[in-house]
This record gives sequence, structure tokens and C-alpha cells, in this order.
Amino acid sequence: MLERVQSERVQADRTMIEIRDVTRSYGSFKALDNASLSIREGEFFSLLGPSGCGKTTLLRMIAGFDTPTSGSIAVDGQPMDGIPANRRPTNMVFQSYAIFPHLNVEQNVAYGLKRLKLEAGEEKRRVEEALAQVSLTGLGKRRATELSGGQRQRVALARALVMRPKVLLLDEPLSALDKKLREQMQVELRRLQQAVGITFVLVTHDQYEALAMSDRIAVMFGGRIAQVASPKEIYQRPVNRQVADFLGGMNFVKAEIVEENGASLVLDTLGFGRVRTDKPKAFVRNGGAATLGIRPERLRVLWDNATAKFEVAGKVVERHYFGEITHLIVEIPGLEKPLSVTETNDFGADDIPVGAPIRLAYDPEALVAMAD
Amino acid sequence: MTVAAEGSPPFRLAGSRRSPLLQSEAVQGFALISPTFVYALILLVLPILVVIAHSFWTQNYLTIDHTFTLENYRIALTEPIYRDLLWRSLYISLTVSLLTVALAYPIAYFISFHGGRHKSLWLFLITIPFWTSYLLRVMSWKVILGYNGVLNSGLMGLGVIDEPSTALLYNSSAVIITLTHAWATFAILPIFVSLEKVDRTLVEAATDLGDGPLRSFLRVTLPLSAPGVISAALIVMIPTVGDYVTPKLVGGKDGVMIANAIQAQFGKASNWPLGAALSVTTMIIVSLMAGATVLVIRALQRLAR
Repeated sequence: MLERVQSERVQADRTMIEIRDVTRSYGSFKALDNASLSIREGEFFSLLGPSGCGKTTLLRMIAGFDTPTSGSIAVDGQPMDGIPANRRPTNMVFQSYAIFPHLNVEQNVAYGLKRLKLEAGEEKRRVEEALAQVSLTGLGKRRATELSGGQRQRVALARALVMRPKVLLLDEPLSALDKKLREQMQVELRRLQQAVGITFVLVTHDQYEALAMSDRIAVMFGGRIAQVASPKEIYQRPVNRQVADFLGGMNFVKAEIVEENGASLVLDTLGFGRVRTDKPKAFVRNGGAATLGIRPERLRVLWDNATAKFEVAGKVVERHYFGEITHLIVEIPGLEKPLSVTETNDFGADDIPVGAPIRLAYDPEALVAMAD
Repeated sequence: MTVAAEGSPPFRLAGSRRSPLLQSEAVQGFALISPTFVYALILLVLPILVVIAHSFWTQNYLTIDHTFTLENYRIALTEPIYRDLLWRSLYISLTVSLLTVALAYPIAYFISFHGGRHKSLWLFLITIPFWTSYLLRVMSWKVILGYNGVLNSGLMGLGVIDEPSTALLYNSSAVIITLTHAWATFAILPIFVSLEKVDRTLVEAATDLGDGPLRSFLRVTLPLSAPGVISAALIVMIPTVGDYVTPKLVGGKDGVMIANAIQAQFGKASNWPLGAALSVTTMIIVSLMAGATVLVIRALQRLAR
């Protein structure tokens, strides 16, 4: 029930950023290849992918630091062609934060306001409001060189937010922070975005970051957008092996297509037998073969004499202890690759001896069919 | 392997039986710099001490009277000729350093921001004038600025002037032009280095926050390159005050500087104590001016915020 909250969040369906057929070539290399994307107003949108997938290039083109070789970008209905970065209704949080070292925190935050020639009181009020939003109240006089990594990041955020942009662009803003602080900032960023209601576009290579914060995610590989969907759908219904593999672990099982109709697929597999699954939206058949995927945590260990409607049997070949969970590698007769299973340690999964026979239960709903 | 694992340099083990004094980092540091230090002591500090000592003595024909006196300083500071020369030297060096920095900055900026892959080629091209001797470069300015020089003939050929101008050579402007050219490289390099250190993302951030190219330059690039500007200004200013070859060659009687007077005292006039007093006075004034320059640039930097 809890997971519904994210998908039911009220979403204005107005488009904020429209990216149409955008290509960016460097000589013969295409950093971005014919990408089309539409980002809604008030949305927390993530561009997720490995380094070199074109996500930063796309973000920089929205900001105006790079120009598409072909295609067009519009922000809030206004075409951005020929509009320089300093006149766009976007602001950016840079990966290195780019805090001006010769200015203090207050001067950094007020940097963009100076040009607007606000009344002195108004400028001060807005700077203080922005500092309060990122919990930096009272640090206005600190020099940029005296800030910690987390504080620098907050200054960069405040400096961009104070401009009240239509779109806030974030270029891997958390990658320089340590794990604890990163997780804390994920929550804070999400909270902040919901409080200010500004469209956030985040670039990240960290799948958990994208899953935790976004309303929707675009997964990118090699300059192409592979899938655009909500975090839950991306995780549970990845369109292909690449996407599935990039977002957490996934067991892949070779399958044979037996029957295909509009909504479902019937597949024959060696380990899991004959399986009927939902047909993914983007499924395009490529001959008779397909791949069936199942997440390691969707396979549950069956203890003692417990039975399940759907189960597979095999033998434990490896066991890795991770504190709250144990990672088991299970060989199933007929499968060319052993299955990964993650099980919580509540029932003693950490004590299962290597070599022991094991039975695993699964929910056919958790099986994902992917085109080969 | 074990040594590396212990995280201490190998020579520490070899020297473990030596006295702790020799092992201290400070002593090792001093040992490393000692050759240079001794060299500087003999060739820099000692001569300066000799000059300072002389400035308090008196020349008595061929001998030096070692009685302490401030008479030399009185002459150096009150004689109109020395005061004028000192002022002129300061004026020339200040003008030269301002002009040099103003002309060098765009070049350094261009190389740093738009040099692309050819940065080192550009820097190399800038050092080409140094392949000839300084004297030759000064002489070539004589050829350019002279009565029958390149500039005069050129202007006459174009019909701008009817007869050769004598205003070009043998005055303080000629000294300024020549020195500005001679010191350009020394200003370009420090400014280039400080511009290289300016994080380009900061310029992008300024642009992102609404600044056009000029504003982001004035608010980010220029203040952040101030250290280079300061060192360029000082590198040019300090030696040019004491330059005496250039005024001698292109300065004429209107371009004479304090160093020419000092040289005369140590040479023809043979009054070492007065020459020494003039030197010390110049040194002190140059130091004050250098300090003032740093303060002025820092203040300008603060204003730019």
C-alpha cells in the first residue's frame, strides 16, 4: 500500500521540457542519438545511465552549455534554440558545486540576484529564505573555503533555487559525498523538491539514488534512451537485459516463445517450465528466443517441508554474508547459469551450508519477459 | 617490502644510529637548501650589507671615512636632481607595469581560454624575442623610433607628417615603449598561469546564474586571476625602477633614471657612499610601492564582488 504514494502523487500533466529528436555528434561519435523525451511540470525526473551514456550531454544541452547537432529542446513551451545559457529559465547544481572561492556563502547565493537589481531588503530576504531551505541559516558569512562537502552542496542548491528557476538541473550532485551523507541528502533533496514544486532533472549513475528520489526515470545507454518509466516499473518491468542488469541484480534464464498475443506471452524455460507472463509494452519479438528475468530477492527459500505453488529445486554452491541479508548462489539442473538469491537473515539463511539441497519459491508475477 | 609497509623512507633505517638532530626534518631541509642558501648569502646578502654600510660613510677623495653620517641620505632626499630622477623612475616603472599588464592580460587570456591544443605553441612563440640579446632588442627600438627610423619614414610615406618627428626617441616615452615590449613575456606568463588555475566550471556557473560573457569575466575570471596580475605587476615594476641600460640607449637626457645616477656615483663621480645611499633609498621606496600595488589590487578585487 505504501508504495502507491509515489505513483498517486498529484502530477500536473503540463509538459515542462520537450526534447525532440535531439542528436549530438562529435565527429563520427554520437554522444546522444535521436533522443526524445518529455518531462512534466513539477516532476522529479532522473537521467540514469553508466558514464558516457549521454546523460550529462543532454543535461548540458537543456542548460544551454552545449547545442544539439540536430533536434530541438523547448522549456515551458519556449524553444531554446539560440538562447544562451544565461537567458534560460533553468539553473544548475554542478557536480563540483562550482562555489565561487572568492565569495562567502551569502555572496555566492546572492550572485545571480545582483543582476536583477532587487531592493536591498528583498535580496537579503530571498538569500535568507534560500539558506533556510537548505538548512544553512547562520552560515552566510562563512568563506567558501571553510565549508564541508555537504555544506558546499547545499550552497550550490541555494544559489540555484534562489533564482526561482522553472527547472533545476542537478549534475550528479551527490557523487562527491560519502555514503551516509549521500543517503541523507537523497531524502532532503526529495523533500525540498516537493516543498518548492520546481521541476528537478537529476543526472546520476547511481540506480538507488534514481529509484529513491524520482517520479520518473529515463535509463540511457550509448547515447540512446532505453526506457522511460516510474522507478517501480523500471525496476520490475525493465524493457531489456541492459536496463535490468543496470538496476540491481537480475537472474536471466533462456526462454523459448511458445505463444504470443496482445497482452501476454507464454514461454518455455528449462528451469521454470512453461510460464505465462505479461507482455512488456516495448516487447519486439526477435525470432523464437526470449529472456526471462527474475530479481534475486523475488526468489524465497522454502524451509523444511514448506511448499509453494511455484518452486524450483537446486543446490547451494556459494554463500555470501552481508549483515542483514545473505546472498546465495544456487545451481538449478537445466540452467546454464546458477541463480542469485538474496534472503533476509531472519530465518537463518546465513546458516545454510554450501552444498545443501534447496528449494526456492517464486511468484510468476515476478518473472519478466525480455526480447533477446 | 617491509620498509614500504612501515611507511618510512628507507634512508631512515640506514641512519637510525645517527644522532636524532641529523634525523630531524628541519635539519634535512636546511641541508638540501644550503648550497643555494650559501650562494645567495655570498652574492646577494653580503653585497647589500656592503652597500648599506657604505651609505653611512663618507668619500674622502680616494679613501672612505668610516664615521657614521646621514649626510648622504640628506643629499639623496633633498637634492632636486635626485628627487626628480627618483620620481621619474617611479613614474616610468609604474606606467610600464600598468601598460605591460594591460597588454599582457588579453594575450594570456586568449592563450588560456582559446589556445585549445596549441597552448604550448603559443607560449613558445611568445618566448621567441628572447632568442636575441636584450641589447639588440633595445637597439631595434632605436631603429623603429629614430629620426630616420621605421616609424617616421612610415608616417611620412603615408603623408601623416611632413618631417620626421623628434618626439619619438630620446625621452621617457621611448623608455616606456621599449620597456613595455621587453617585459611583456614576464607579465604574460604569471597571468597565464593564474588564468589556467581558474576553474572553468565557475565561469559556467556564473553564466548559468545569468551573467553574460563580460559580467562573468569581471565578476569571476578577473578577481580569481588577481594573484597573477599582482605578480606580473611586481615582476615588471621592481626591476624597471632600477633599469639603466634602456634609458641610456633610448632615453636621451629626458629619459635618464635613478639607476643612471647611481651608476655615475659608483663610476665617474666616484662617490660610493652617495651612490649607496641612493640605492638604499630606491630599494626602500620600491618596496613601499610594491606593497601599495598589492593593496590597491586587493582593494579593486574586493570592489568587483
